[in-house]
Amino acid sequence: MTTSAQVETPRRRRGRNERLATTSSRFTRALGVIALLMGASALLLALVISPPEVTQGDAVRLFYLHVPLAVAGGYLGVGLLAVGSIGYLWKRTTFWDLLAASAAELALIFTALTLLTGSLWGRPVWGTYWEWDPRLTLTAVLFVLLIGYRAMRTASVDPQLRARRSAVIGLLAAADVPLIRMSVDWWRGLHQTATLNPLNPSLDGMMLFTFFWSMVSFAVLFLWLLVHRFRVAWLEEQLADRALDEAIAQRRAEAPQTP
Amino acid sequence: MSDVGFVAVGYGVTAVALAGYAWRVLARGRRLSALVPQERRRWM
Repeated sequence: MTTSAQVETPRRRRGRNERLATTSSRFTRALGVIALLMGASALLLALVISPPEVTQGDAVRLFYLHVPLAVAGGYLGVGLLAVGSIGYLWKRTTFWDLLAASAAELALIFTALTLLTGSLWGRPVWGTYWEWDPRLTLTAVLFVLLIGYRAMRTASVDPQLRARRSAVIGLLAAADVPLIRMSVDWWRGLHQTATLNPLNPSLDGMMLFTFFWSMVSFAVLFLWLLVHRFRVAWLEEQLADRALDEAIAQRRAEAPQTP
Repeated sequence: MSDVGFVAVGYGVTAVALAGYAWRVLARGRRLSALVPQERRRWM
């Protein structure tokens, strides 16, 4: 006996098709809601609840934005770019290439925002928007390398060549991150040293909590964006494959038939 | 510009940039999903 649940009516089929016609899933919807709630609470903490700093005043609120952006872009984004690049050079599969490309795009956006928010924070605190300080300069180099990575992905036509060359640039960008991390210890500059030392935290109370909450919020947001961006990249790949299949079929059809 | 002004510009630009990017990615995903056959839409 056929129940109504088993019958696929045109309406049900259309509904299922519409549900699938998106890069969302139950997981990403849940993650998106969590990211939204965490982001809203991080904003409340950073802009309203946490107190102004003794010397920096309200400018310290940019710290809760600038550092999480830098960590998400530099460590998560470029870290995953490195993982994807190594994975591709080792396994030569599309998955790793698309993971690297998706992470690189997000790393580029987060690094751009890191430079912007750092500049906005620097003006009231240091008295200048920009200084050729080692950390700032190396972060700018990372930004340029990520633009190079993006340019490589749009410039090359051959997918394998593109993936191979992109992976090499991705690894170059990744090599810059430890230099950024250590630059404040190795060279003298304007930028402060590491904000948090686990053995001797210089922040406490509400400021420390706000900082950690912002870090986790940006990490969740990054993950949510990454999953969607990866799925878009996957769809682009499927379309490119289909276009190639159709072009080959067309050429075969046009070729003269041998008796 | 006061400290609050720098804070407002920083948070405002970041929010607009990230929301705009998220919107663009979701919209592109929706558009491409409609073009790719259903059996090839899933990624894992």
